Amino acid sequence: MTSKGSVGIVKTEYFTFAEPPDELVLESERTLGPVTLAYETYGVLNRDRSNAILIAHALSGDAHAAGFHEGESTPGWWEAMIGPGKAFDTDRYFVICSNVIGGCKGSTGPSSPNPRTGKPYGLDFPVITIADMVEAQRHLVDHLGIEQLLCVAGGSMGGMQALQWVASHGARVRSAIPIATALKHSPQQIAFDEVVRQSIMADPAWRQGDYYGYGQPEKGLAVARMIGHITFMSDQSMEEKFSRRLRNGQYNFHFAPDFEVEGYLRNRGDNFVRRFDANSYLYITKAMDYFDLSRGRLIPDGRFPATRFLVISFKSDWLYPSYQSQDIVRELKTRQADATYCELPSTYGHDAFLLEVEEQTTLIRHFLDKTFNGYHVAHGDDLE
Amino acid sequence: MWRTAMIWNNAIRLDHRIICRIVEPGARVLDLGCGNGDLLYLLAREKKARVQGIEMNESAIYECVKKGLSVFHGDIEAGLAEYPDRSFDYVILNQSLQEVKKIDGLVKEALRIGGKIIVGFPNFAFLPARLMLFFRGKAPITSSLPYRWYDTPNLRFLSVTDFRGFCREKKLRVLEAHYLGKKKETPFWPNLLARNALFVVAK
Repeated sequence: MTSKGSVGIVKTEYFTFAEPPDELVLESERTLGPVTLAYETYGVLNRDRSNAILIAHALSGDAHAAGFHEGESTPGWWEAMIGPGKAFDTDRYFVICSNVIGGCKGSTGPSSPNPRTGKPYGLDFPVITIADMVEAQRHLVDHLGIEQLLCVAGGSMGGMQALQWVASHGARVRSAIPIATALKHSPQQIAFDEVVRQSIMADPAWRQGDYYGYGQPEKGLAVARMIGHITFMSDQSMEEKFSRRLRNGQYNFHFAPDFEVEGYLRNRGDNFVRRFDANSYLYITKAMDYFDLSRGRLIPDGRFPATRFLVISFKSDWLYPSYQSQDIVRELKTRQADATYCELPSTYGHDAFLLEVEEQTTLIRHFLDKTFNGYHVAHGDDLE
Repeated sequence: MWRTAMIWNNAIRLDHRIICRIVEPGARVLDLGCGNGDLLYLLAREKKARVQGIEMNESAIYECVKKGLSVFHGDIEAGLAEYPDRSFDYVILNQSLQEVKKIDGLVKEALRIGGKIIVGFPNFAFLPARLMLFFRGKAPITSSLPYRWYDTPNLRFLSVTDFRGFCREKKLRVLEAHYLGKKKETPFWPNLLARNALFVVAK
C-alpha cells in the first residue's frame, strides 16, 4: 500500500447562499437565509470533475474531517480514513466535508445571528431535517461546479445524509457509503434523543433557548452528552476500557466520581460544553428523529438505481444495530440496486465507525476504486 | 488476451469454466454462497454479467470487494425474500446447496427470483467414495468431499441420481447436466464416475 499520510495543514472555508429573497425553503415550508456552510476540501478535483467525494458528519461533527488547523495538534474527526493512501485517498479523490445547517461549527444554526434581529436565532431558528441539510450541501456542490459526486459517505447521521442524497438527488450520486446508520430512527433512538433534549431543556440556564450572552446550559448539555457517550460504546468496550476500576483505589462513600467510568463521562460532558452549542444539539437530534426513508422512499424511482451502495454495520453497535443496516439492504434488494453489505465484528459499539479503520479501509478503498475505474485486470493488486 | 489466456486454461476451475460457458453475455447473475468471488469475477469480466453475491463468511466478503464485486454479508436462506420475481437470469448454487437446511424452500425461492438456477454439488456416489464406505467402512473423504465427518460444513449428501430424482419429484426441468471429472467432463456413468455435478434447472 502507498504510504499513508495526512493532508497536512487545512483551512475551513465558508460559502454563503440563499440571500433573501432567495431563501432556502425548508421541509417544514419555513425559509432560512442567508445560509452559510463551513466546509473543507482535501485533494484535487480532476479535470472532468468526476472524483469528488462528499463526507457527511455525525451529530457532533464538523467540517474539519482531516488534517490539522494551523497551530493545532488535534487532527480532523476522520483523520484515520481521509488522506493520502487512506480509505478516502486524497491522492486520487477530491474530498469535501461541510458542517450541517443547524450546527454550531461555522454553518448557520441557532447560535448564528438572526438577520431580522441581529441577535442569535435561539428557538427562532426553524426546525431543520436531514433533507434540509442535504439541500444546503447540494448548493455547495453546485457552487464547487460538481454535477455528479463519485460518492457520499458518512457514519451515523452522516449515513442518513448519504441515504438522503440518494433519495433527493440519486442521479447525482454514483455511490453511497452509509455506515452504522438507519432508514429511520426507531422508538428507542427517538427516546434517547428525547431524554437528551429534556436534560438540556430542564437546565434553568437554558432559558427557553435564549441563553446567548448568559452562558450555556452547561449542566444539562453535559448530562446530554454523557447519555450519548453511553450509547456510543458497548457493554464490552466499557468493560475493557473501565471495568470497575476506581479512580483512587477505594470507595469514597460520597458522590464524587469513584469509578473511572464516572470520571470519563463527566470529563466528556465538561469538554463537550466548551465546544458545542446546546440548541444545536436540540435541533440536530430532532432532525435525526424526523428522518424516515422507509417504505420505498430511499429509491422512489423504481428499479436499478444509478447509485452503487456499500452498507457497513458493526456487530456490537446497539444504538444503530445491524438489523437497521439490513433494513437498508432489504430496501436495496427490492430495487435491485448494485450493493455490498458487510457487518464488521467490532466490539467498540457505535463508535466503531470512527475507530475500526483497517476493515473499513479495505472495503471502502476497493469499493471506490471499482466505482471510479471499473473492474481491474489484475484486480486490486495495486491497492494492497 | 485475458480471454484466451485465462478462460480455457487450467488456472480456472473446471466448474467455473462450464458455468461461464452456460451464462449468456450481459446476464444478471446472483451467486448464493459466492465465496471469494472467483466465479462472479469471471462472469463479470468474461460475460459482462451483472453480478451480485451473497456470502456468510466475512473474510470472503473482503476478497469479493477487492475484486470489485458487490456482495451481501448474510445467510443465503434468509436473503432472497425481498427480491422481485425474475430479478436475475441465473441464480447460482455452486457447492452451497449441500450446506443448506431447507433445500426445497431455497430452490423454490431461487426459481422465483431467477429464470434458471445452476446447481453444483459433490457427487456422494462417486466410485472412490463408494469404495471407501464399502471396503474401509468409513465415511468417504474424496477431493470433492474433503471433510471428515466431524468438521464438514455439508448437511446433505446427495448423488447425481438423487438430484435427478429431486427434480422429477418437484417437476423441475433439467435444461443441462454436466458431470465433472478431475480435469474434464466425464460423459459415462456419471453417478459412478463424476466427482461433481452441475445442473441447469428451470420450472
